[in-house]
Amino acid sequence: MERVTLRIAGAGLQTTVQDLGRPAHLHAGVPGGGAMDRLALRAANLLVGNDERDAGLEAALIGPTIVFETAALFALGGADLGAALNGEPIHTWSPVAAAAGSTLRFGQPLLGCRTYIAIAGGIEVPPVFGSRSTYIRGGFGGLEGRALRAGDTLSCGAASPTSVNIARSIAEGTTTGIGGWSLGATLRPRYAADAVVRVIEGAHTNLLTATAREALFGGRFRVSSSSDRMGYRLEGDALTLREPTELLSEAVAFGTIQLPPGGAPIILMADRQTTGGYPRIGEVASVDLPLVAQLRPGDSLRFHEISLDEAQRQYLRQEAELSQARAGIALRFGTRIRP
Amino acid sequence: MRFAPLGDQAVMITLGTSIDEPTHRLVRSVVSRLRAAAPAAMTDLVPAFASVAVHYEPAIVGGDRPYARFVETLEAALAEGSMADGPTPRTIEIPVCYEGELAPDLEEVARRHGLSASDVVELHTAGEYLVYMIGFMPGFAYLGGLSPRLATPRRASPRTAVPSGAVGIGGQQTGVYPMVSPGGWNLIGRTPRAIFDSAREPAALLDTGDRVRFRAITRAEFDAWSE
Repeated sequence: MERVTLRIAGAGLQTTVQDLGRPAHLHAGVPGGGAMDRLALRAANLLVGNDERDAGLEAALIGPTIVFETAALFALGGADLGAALNGEPIHTWSPVAAAAGSTLRFGQPLLGCRTYIAIAGGIEVPPVFGSRSTYIRGGFGGLEGRALRAGDTLSCGAASPTSVNIARSIAEGTTTGIGGWSLGATLRPRYAADAVVRVIEGAHTNLLTATAREALFGGRFRVSSSSDRMGYRLEGDALTLREPTELLSEAVAFGTIQLPPGGAPIILMADRQTTGGYPRIGEVASVDLPLVAQLRPGDSLRFHEISLDEAQRQYLRQEAELSQARAGIALRFGTRIRP
Repeated sequence: MRFAPLGDQAVMITLGTSIDEPTHRLVRSVVSRLRAAAPAAMTDLVPAFASVAVHYEPAIVGGDRPYARFVETLEAALAEGSMADGPTPRTIEIPVCYEGELAPDLEEVARRHGLSASDVVELHTAGEYLVYMIGFMPGFAYLGGLSPRLATPRRASPRTAVPSGAVGIGGQQTGVYPMVSPGGWNLIGRTPRAIFDSAREPAALLDTGDRVRFRAITRAEFDAWSE
């Protein structure tokens, strides 16, 4: 299988190269970054026989137009942005074989906000801090530290033996799409334009007034249009603390819910700063970060409080399912002697 | 020492309630001991003024209650080793040109405090500053030790693009912008040194615990600077 090269014929709204980010440089103030919906990228990578950590493209709302200059095996995970290959609609969560010269286009966003395009071999750009993720604010990572532009070309790494076997089985017609068994129903997230997001208590939840606490865990918040990869700003009932509090700056996490003065909470996302000084009134359970990442400006959410134990139980369960999917794909398509 | 969850993939260890050197030494001691112990599930440590966050992978901890189990691991690691401060702090010298267009707010800061511009430079360069933590931006150091005689409130209207290397005063803090960024600090100079360079190893010039000194250089030296 030849290494894939692709040309960006249309940039889309914001298309960037992303992988699973830079987890080990937070102490230097370097944001973790990476895919907003990590599960979608990981699953799409598995479906094309990649390592889960391989780089793909993250496309928000209006997808890019991509010309595959070589034959390519790819899969879409995450949002359904109305994709079509050479005019034929294609499904998310399924590997697709594209002949050389094929064009992938996106139409109307049908569900969710961000789609992940995983291509066999993974996108090859120079790693920065061990990651191929793009950090636009810092101008590094991905392709030249910026969003993709029309005219850009990208190339991919060597396809794994698993990728080759998946592509072969599509060509032989033995796999019409492996989404059915490889991704259990529980692995496909329940994206919704009005999401229920599980949250654990934050360090400063107890500083909220009783009314504010009720509003936080019972009220509906709207995702503001000034939401981005750094954070989702929420509109709803203004939340207040029992008394004004000056906090020292300290670390935050992916999913930390901050309460700045003004009372409108912010959910910190992939490109968040590594530290902050605002009260932390909640922490989104890691398993539900994909739900948040798939909300569009104007969509809404409600927070549902769960315990830390429950959040970690759900996380470990999801990891176990991903492991099974990985093992299943390796078993069925991994390298072995073929007659 | 207090342990609390920071979401479901990090532990916040709180060591104090204020910005002071004894608390800072505790922070550095915790960082040093945890780095030495290097628990398998730990992915990074983020020290701050009075806390250290330990980011971890729950799937590597495993078991029924990864948080509780990981806290036990951290407690065991911290029980070992002394409460020593950790490695000897480095002193990093940052050359700063406090002249002309590189110091747009210098005159204003001087005027506010009834000082001359050269008084401000003298006071700024006389200090020995401590890096309490890195955060806010890649490589951005929170420095302690600014003379109260130089503390100046942030500008009423922030600039949309403060140049990389700009040295500023914001409230009771002083520091250097590691990259172009919006900012409301009063800019009194600029360093030709790269505070942060993603292509360099290490990328960040400064680390928690470093001592920093500023040294005045001329515009000619600034222009001629190369690393």
